Amino acid sequence: MSTIIWTVVIITALGLILAAVLYLVAAKFKVEEDPRIDEVEAVMPGANCGGCGFAGCRAFAEAAVKAPNLDHNYCPVGGNPVMRKVAAILGYEAVEKAPMVAVVRCNGTCDNRPKINEYGGYESCKVKAALYSGDTGCSFGCLGCGDCVSACQFGAISMNPETGLPVVDESKCTACGACVKACPKSIIQLRNKGPKGLRVFVSCVNKDKGPVARKACKAACIGCGLCVKTCPHGAIELSDNLAYIDYEKCRLCRKCVAVCPTGAIHDVNFPKPATKEEPKA
Amino acid sequence: MSSTFSIGGIHPKENKISRECHIKVLPTPPTVYISVAQHIGAPAKPIVAVGDKVKTGQPVAEPGGFVSAFIHSSVSGTVKSIGPRKDLAGNNQLTIEIAVEGDEWADGIDTTDTLITDFTNDNKVIIDKIRLGGVVGLGGATFPTHVKLCPPPGKKCEMLIINGCECEPYLTSDFRTLLEKGEQVAVGTAIIKQVLGVDKAVIAIEDNKPEAIANMKKVLGNLAKTSSNFSGISVKSMVSKYPEGGEKQLIDAVMHRQVKSGGLPIDVGAVVQNVATALAVYEAVQKNKPVIENSITVTGDCFPGQANVLVRVGTPLSYIIDSLGGFPAEAVKVISGGPMMGKAIANPDAATLKGTSALLFLTAAQTERKQETQCIRCGRCEDACPMGLEPFLLNKLAKSDDIEALEANAVQDCIECGCCLYSCPANIPLLDIIRIAKAQVLGIIKARNNNKPR
Repeated sequence: MSTIIWTVVIITALGLILAAVLYLVAAKFKVEEDPRIDEVEAVMPGANCGGCGFAGCRAFAEAAVKAPNLDHNYCPVGGNPVMRKVAAILGYEAVEKAPMVAVVRCNGTCDNRPKINEYGGYESCKVKAALYSGDTGCSFGCLGCGDCVSACQFGAISMNPETGLPVVDESKCTACGACVKACPKSIIQLRNKGPKGLRVFVSCVNKDKGPVARKACKAACIGCGLCVKTCPHGAIELSDNLAYIDYEKCRLCRKCVAVCPTGAIHDVNFPKPATKEEPKA
Repeated sequence: MSSTFSIGGIHPKENKISRECHIKVLPTPPTVYISVAQHIGAPAKPIVAVGDKVKTGQPVAEPGGFVSAFIHSSVSGTVKSIGPRKDLAGNNQLTIEIAVEGDEWADGIDTTDTLITDFTNDNKVIIDKIRLGGVVGLGGATFPTHVKLCPPPGKKCEMLIINGCECEPYLTSDFRTLLEKGEQVAVGTAIIKQVLGVDKAVIAIEDNKPEAIANMKKVLGNLAKTSSNFSGISVKSMVSKYPEGGEKQLIDAVMHRQVKSGGLPIDVGAVVQNVATALAVYEAVQKNKPVIENSITVTGDCFPGQANVLVRVGTPLSYIIDSLGGFPAEAVKVISGGPMMGKAIANPDAATLKGTSALLFLTAAQTERKQETQCIRCGRCEDACPMGLEPFLLNKLAKSDDIEALEANAVQDCIECGCCLYSCPANIPLLDIIRIAKAQVLGIIKARNNNKPR
């Protein structure tokens, strides 16, 4: 009987002593952590996508708390509402940014851009791009293996089986930029979403000279410069046989869309009975 | 007794169906397209203008950097255009288009077949001639030869190895060169040997080419009687195994020395040159003839016009195919190079380069990719890898983008020989994925070295 009592006493005493030691050590070596880190993390979307440039939401919260302002820390997924909450917690001024969206700058559908050879290799854009220029005459355009689709954590990109091109679901796209990094041809870009989602962009990245580009793809930008001459706001520049529309200067008049001979300039989300040209992106 | 490298390797079916075809000279095409990026390193800069008359062998582009080479006109005629043109892979390359008019050679080039065995003692003159002749490694890597022949200070070359293995299936152009131009190859070898200041040179030939071994032994025996320049050159028979002709594998097989990860052959005292390069050195030094033509094997089980042809650099592939009987109906894929390391051609109108070694036609059955299944950890890829890597692991790491672990597992040592892919029973596209990871890791290593404080 006494054995049991002694055992209970010793174990209890040992437990109390070790608890005291642990308490003292914990108090002595306590790591001071800013409680705001947890608060900031709590309001983050929690996608851990890395779109902000940090390893995840926790890493972003740590960086945001340390930084003197929020100029260089912006969560594209949460956008302005989340950043307002973060700013409120940290007592900083919220940085408002125009919402962005991923834009696919290629209109080389199966009809526009006929295949000139058959790719029999591993189905990955990265692998395909390392091997050759692609199975169509255009060495700049979409390779169609869907690296962007697998890179997207939000299910916002899917391949359209009819056109063979990726389609961005604007309601799901968070502009984290994962698809931009995944695309070896740099076709996908982050662009300003525009007022009510209205925007005009050149849906082509082909830098070949006009006849070469046209031969490879019916919808290619041939660098003719008609849009540059037509634009009343001076928003369009032409370099390397490719037009580029400056978002800041564009007033969405869509005159360029009407004059583009190949239909390379696309207008998105405009009301249906728009000008009578090509289908939307 | 044949020797071979110590780890890995495979033995694919040899299929050297064009081995009996003599090298025949193809007539010059009506137009040639000479790319300025025909070698490793900086592309050459064009030194001719549109409308200029050029002669065969006249330089049309000068080196664009230290590691770069001269490029010569392979025909005589008029420069039609200088601009971007799609290469074998369909990418734009700056290309000089020359319309052929007659065949007038530039002054000073000896176009006769006479064998000249005596060469100058002045190594500077020789290296200059090699540089001006635009000689690059014709085994495929196309590294400028004059750079390779000047070892960095402090490094001593002990042995020259002439690579006549031709371990890729189907290819026979080096074999035919050894048979038909053995004397020239031997003189070229002696020249390189003298430049490097080594006593020993070995011409390594796989034992599936006994005729070539016998011919080179006979040639060297005859030449050794005439001059002391040829003493110390021997012929070594190698086991027929792929990739016996890989630079590091060949050094291992001949000298039993291993080049360390990230090292160069010169670190273990070796310099390896291809048979075709030795021939090009002979022509550049003895005949003042720059690299303007190369022998190409045109072959394939479905191609009846089997041939080894000598074509001018810049000949459109479609012209070669048409002059040998046209595109075979059953062929679905044309490969530039051998079946293991060659690249499929996306653009048949593209022109040959200095480093083009073969055109191979494959049928649908031969190119079929089998269904990929799960890795069963059998380790065959590891057994096959001649660099001692673990392809299955690299594949896994590459898929999870673990760059640090990839570097720790030496993905940068991969020679892209394809043994892993060949041996995989689960048909996993190991090489496709490893190649991408290797490029990524090499890019990071390069950026790191550039940022290092000096």
